Amino acid sequence: MLIINCPICGPRPEIEFRYGGEAHVARPAGTETLDDQTVADRLYMRTNPKGLHFERWRHAHGCGKYFNAVRDTVSDFFVTTYKAGEPKPDVAALLKDQAR
Amino acid sequence: MLDVPTRRITAFADRSFASPADKAVRIAEASPAARFVVRGRAAVPQTAAVALGFPLATDVCRAALGGERVALWLGPDEWLVIAPEHEAESLGAALASALAGVPHALVDVSHRNVGLTVSGPKASYILNHGCPLDLSLAAFPVGMCTRTILAKAEVVLWRTAEDAFRLECWRSFGPYVADFLEEARTEFK
Repeated sequence: MLIINCPICGPRPEIEFRYGGEAHVARPAGTETLDDQTVADRLYMRTNPKGLHFERWRHAHGCGKYFNAVRDTVSDFFVTTYKAGEPKPDVAALLKDQAR
Repeated sequence: MLDVPTRRITAFADRSFASPADKAVRIAEASPAARFVVRGRAAVPQTAAVALGFPLATDVCRAALGGERVALWLGPDEWLVIAPEHEAESLGAALASALAGVPHALVDVSHRNVGLTVSGPKASYILNHGCPLDLSLAAFPVGMCTRTILAKAEVVLWRTAEDAFRLECWRSFGPYVADFLEEARTEFK
């Protein structure tokens, strides 16, 4: 079983968590002036990368809070997790630290 | 006329917890209690102290105790308050008036939950049959509490002593949780 590090509660088993989709999907300003294509892109189009992915998770059977994680979609390796609202971490530097 | 039962029947009314496995791990129904879920931001823990006698725990996954009352930390903005059953109305009203000035949610969940106590030298071993948390004393010390999973049920787990836990689950999950624990301790019969 994967151990996922909740930024509030600490390391917990993966069955306590729920996946919440891609993180940092910003709502464009001036919604009323946007064309259909832009709205559809924001609603439905995701990056779906092979490799590092910024995504939301929820500690559903724990503290109940959403947080963000960086996960490798190939190996399922969690590079880091951080609280919702915090900026994207410097993943390259983190990976270098962990390789050391 | 609708016949409204006035006597409270618990989810375990027709169940006996006595077992030859009691020497390894004892399972018992916790006495009926008044329970409240309190939610709100930073001002709530201290404000609730006026009604409760002590502030809600702000440390992660810790229980705050005072007399027969306890406030379990469930999330950074969520607590489960457990008190003796006869305080259901008085404590509810006291909490409501204490918290009146701050944004909050206060819900009486006395009858939504049932409590079980699991104690004995094999208590954590039995719980680990369905709960993947590390329940060693170093990782889960006395006084720690958390919402987690036991097999297929969501439970609140609180370590009350080195070899004793209190479990809170939704009433409809009660028989399932009790059956699961009963099956887990079969090997000690």
